[in-house]
Amino acid sequence: MFRFIVRRLLQLIPTLFGLSILLFIWLHRLPGGPETALLGERGTPESRAAIRESLGLNESVLIQYGRFVKRLVQLDLGTSISTKRSVTTEFLQRFPGTVELTITAMVIAIGVGIPLGYLAARRRGSFLDQFSVGGSLLGTCIPIFFLAYVLKAIFAENLGWFPTIGRQDASIEATHITNFFVLDGILTREWDAAADAIWHLVLPGVALASIPLAIIVRITRASVLEVLGEDFVRTAEAKGLTERTIRRRHVLRNAMLPVATSIGLLTGLLLSGAVLTETVFAFSGIGAFIKDAISNLDYPVLMGFIMIIAVVFALVNLLVDVSYSLIDPRVRVR
Amino acid sequence: MRSTIPRGPRMTLAPGKKKEKLDRLAELSAVRDDEQGVSLWREAMRRLRRNPSAIVGAAILVIFVLVAVVGPFLVPFDPVDQSGIREGVIKPGSIPGSSAEHWLGYDHQGRDEFSRLIVGARQTLIVGIVSTLIGLTIGVTIGGIAGAAAGLGGRWGRLIDSVLMRIVDMLLSLPSLLLAVSVAALLGPSLTTVMIAVGVVSVPIFARLLRGSMIAQANRDYVLAASSLGVRKSRIAISHIVPNSLAPVIVQATLTLATAIIEVAALSFLGLGNPDSTQPEWGLMLADAQVYLDVRPGLAIYPALGIIITALGFTLLGEAMREALDPKLRR
Amino acid sequence: MRAARPKAAIAVIAVAALAVAGCAESDRDNEGSGQSTKDTLVFGTAGDPKVLDPSLASDGESLRVARQIFETLVRPEEGGTKVTPGLAESWTPDATGTVWTFKLRSGVKFHDGTDFNAEAVCVNFNRWYNATGLMQSADVTAYWQDVMGGFAKNENPDLPASLFKSCTVKDATTVDLAFTAVSSKVPAALMLPSFSIHSPKALQEFDASNVSGTADDIKYPSYALEHPTGTGPFKFKSWNVADKTLTIERNDAYWGDKAKLKTLVFRTISDENARKQALRSGDIQGYDLVGPADVEPLKGEGFNVLTRPAFNILYLAINQKGNPKLADVKVRQAIAYALNRQALVDSKLPPGAEVAQEFMPSTVEGWNDQVTKYDYNLEKAKQLLAEAGASNLTLRFHYPTEVTRPYMPNPKDIYELLSADLKAAGITVQGIPLKWTPDYLNATTSGNKHDLHLLGWTGDYGDGYNFIGTFFSRPKDEWGFNNKALFDKFAQADSTADATARYALYKELNADIMNLLPGVPISHSPPALVLGKDVTGVKASPLTDERYATAEFKS
Repeated sequence: MFRFIVRRLLQLIPTLFGLSILLFIWLHRLPGGPETALLGERGTPESRAAIRESLGLNESVLIQYGRFVKRLVQLDLGTSISTKRSVTTEFLQRFPGTVELTITAMVIAIGVGIPLGYLAARRRGSFLDQFSVGGSLLGTCIPIFFLAYVLKAIFAENLGWFPTIGRQDASIEATHITNFFVLDGILTREWDAAADAIWHLVLPGVALASIPLAIIVRITRASVLEVLGEDFVRTAEAKGLTERTIRRRHVLRNAMLPVATSIGLLTGLLLSGAVLTETVFAFSGIGAFIKDAISNLDYPVLMGFIMIIAVVFALVNLLVDVSYSLIDPRVRVR
Repeated sequence: MRSTIPRGPRMTLAPGKKKEKLDRLAELSAVRDDEQGVSLWREAMRRLRRNPSAIVGAAILVIFVLVAVVGPFLVPFDPVDQSGIREGVIKPGSIPGSSAEHWLGYDHQGRDEFSRLIVGARQTLIVGIVSTLIGLTIGVTIGGIAGAAAGLGGRWGRLIDSVLMRIVDMLLSLPSLLLAVSVAALLGPSLTTVMIAVGVVSVPIFARLLRGSMIAQANRDYVLAASSLGVRKSRIAISHIVPNSLAPVIVQATLTLATAIIEVAALSFLGLGNPDSTQPEWGLMLADAQVYLDVRPGLAIYPALGIIITALGFTLLGEAMREALDPKLRR
Repeated sequence: MRAARPKAAIAVIAVAALAVAGCAESDRDNEGSGQSTKDTLVFGTAGDPKVLDPSLASDGESLRVARQIFETLVRPEEGGTKVTPGLAESWTPDATGTVWTFKLRSGVKFHDGTDFNAEAVCVNFNRWYNATGLMQSADVTAYWQDVMGGFAKNENPDLPASLFKSCTVKDATTVDLAFTAVSSKVPAALMLPSFSIHSPKALQEFDASNVSGTADDIKYPSYALEHPTGTGPFKFKSWNVADKTLTIERNDAYWGDKAKLKTLVFRTISDENARKQALRSGDIQGYDLVGPADVEPLKGEGFNVLTRPAFNILYLAINQKGNPKLADVKVRQAIAYALNRQALVDSKLPPGAEVAQEFMPSTVEGWNDQVTKYDYNLEKAKQLLAEAGASNLTLRFHYPTEVTRPYMPNPKDIYELLSADLKAAGITVQGIPLKWTPDYLNATTSGNKHDLHLLGWTGDYGDGYNFIGTFFSRPKDEWGFNNKALFDKFAQADSTADATARYALYKELNADIMNLLPGVPISHSPPALVLGKDVTGVKASPLTDERYATAEFKS
């Protein structure tokens, strides 16, 4: 087991290395353009050339890549062109927001998806079943940003039930310790700040949860169906166990396995969807910042964030594989 | 992952034993036919015809393809003609909606929305198909080589398999949209960029699919039989294994088409798509319409509905095909 | 595994959380979610400020904040561009026109309690004049170099000599500013926020001129990021960069009318739709650069939409060194006649926009009503093209993406309209979209691989030279022509001390420009900002110089 983990971690390194080369070559086009961000129309060709020179953008790609790798080894991901702060700082300040958002989405997806999938399988062919299947198919077909806009327009703008943007109301002077706003509110006992943060998480969470919810419903339904057809369930029914006991002891436990294994896939979907959802809701997490970096071609941020996400993603997948082998002793990890 | 293909004793043909070997081969083939019963495809088609969601999906598809192919010749207006501007009916805060002449009204540049929607179907279909084909071709090639190498190639084969899969893993190390964004940010905003970016995202799926399929096939008895008969490995791979591995690829291609259309729209939304409106495309139309959501929400809703319905059609059909082709599913 | 219980637990927690949130929500406020208390205004901005020391800033967001915290010697009249007293009560030039004596206000204190006086003024001017190292870089002190040219000791040999010469303290409230030449920029340019007066004590204490770091990683001193200290009606409170909010609060020791608001929060919301929705739901009480499509709807809903008098210009630049046919004035005239500018203004620009007939707005002295006009005439355009032997022209047309400018709210839409017009005249257009940052300006204002492009300008201060001089006073790659007579006339205008004579020269220059037609002026567009339904007291400024000290909530 330990060897497996170590081997997987070691496999990560060449992958990241390859990724860094590709990203660097891909994203770094010459001539660069941060000088334009600084001066706008006021710049003259001379002043822009001077800035370009001072920022070292005229040197060869190889030299710049060398500098990049040197910094990478020191865990220095460079400086953002648009905010002038280190990429690591930007990431550390924004990732709590995305974490809160993805947790919210996961809670919604699992909390609604599994019961729904179970019920749909239990009442096969019923209206609920067809509704769930149809709904889950539909859920994977709606572009997230469109869904986010619709949710915002209906529930935030028209009905006013939820706030439209951001992670927190600016006029609440909340103290931030960890930058996890909900946690901070609880730690400092500023209950209204915590509640406000939760309120801001609802709509983006629902939008982000749409695709994972659809997938979880489908997977749960399919695996519950499969399990229900197994002999041991019939045995349990014959034994006279109540539905609840059957459900608890046997069905759900077996049905959860596929869901657990797809956590890796779902994390990927959540990270992808976060970029779109955070942009629509002006939610200051790493997704929105990636969108900004795309707009400004802020190379250091794009490269840095994408590399970090790759690492996180790989770790999540590793965790899933390891825990899967722990849950199901039939699976031998090679 | 080490290959777990069992290596049985190699059967060599001694002249005297040939007849028995051929008998044995015939036995095996017969068993194989029984296992599969009627041809897989015919069985699948039968199941599909009875499946309501498959019918709905196929119907949507047919309509979509018809609109995409024939529609542009029948549109009432030129999708690029900014007639509304000339007629002076477009104002910053008001865009006329449905009328007798313009069934869905104007868009924000005074062009006929209905015509753009129809012509957009074609562009969207092309983009979806091309990007899926890119992913399919590259993925199938990589996966096919890797799978054949792993299944048939011995030690060197497993090495090739390893290296190829490492490359595929690199693509999988990023969530799909971020991978598409990386590729698209490199290449600059254009139609080809989007197709390549979305295509690259689906490469690992096809590669894994075909590789797994090839390896599973390589374990089958008929392959063992053929190779012991002296048929060249490459011939086995090409003439036998690949055709049998095609079914899941086709299913996956259908499903990938659905997600491709949506990812193209997402890339346009992020500003990475082709901004040129003279080639209307639903994803671009949806992205352009965001600013006018207050004034004419229809400009966003029509292409969004188009995308949703089309993606739904492909998904329904793909899922139905997957169920139909899956011999394990007991109804 | 007790699968059902954790799920039930989750459900209970979720419901409880929502209930708590609901209760807390209603405890806080009666007017829906996120309303501010009535002395805090949250203003939505499109981008983050870069730095809080206006001497080092050139972007609108940094300057917007700076304008509330700092003051300059002279300032534009509220809602206009005329030079009026600021920290100086009066100013007179001497006989040569190069030395200006400023009489300063007395009894003014900086936010840290120190006195504002003539010495403080000289400390500030000398700080800029004697800048060294990275502070001489064009991206750090853009406006100083724009106005004054160079420094005491230019480290870059390409920098011109400085227009500013010296600052002399006459007494506590009198100071002499000496310049090396007569210039149209004095004293008008001194109203720029870059010439705000900072507290010398704070400048020293927080090492304000220590712009350090390496070439690709400029580090601003703590003064510029955490301790900006001026004399204005607001003072800096806090800046949460990750959450994109910057807070300033009322200066109770202000020398003039105290601010009516207690707190002013600037919050960055980069998506335009999101800003609008935030305004509607009450999360913010104002934002800038209202989209043209939103002006009427927001007004209709009761919001205060303030339209600034148009002080900008959008133009179609023509590069005479691009496609060789463009050097022929007939071709340029054809392009001008082919563009239906009125239709563009009517359909794409906010109410109040107008077609531009020359390269400066009509409110600026020197505007000339008698210039050659090029009203929309498709037939004439085709005819001119035929005469010039250019009936089959193919031109590259650059336009920017990912940007909104006050003069160009929707670049892509504008490009599509103009290119359709050109196509109707028989010109084949090759559209080239480039991102505003980083590529667009590089591609269109340097080198000659461009033919047509869209660009514009917002005036910095109320002198015509700031418009036409910026564009045409010397050879530029953007336009690709070299006309010595024109450049000489510009130099003459710049050094004319007498205002009336200078304005007459501007009129001549405008006439000349519209005959030479180096490009086609398209429109002046009034950018608008919007404030909440109950917010009053703010006057829109053509220079984007709105003062929020007079803003207040009126129910």
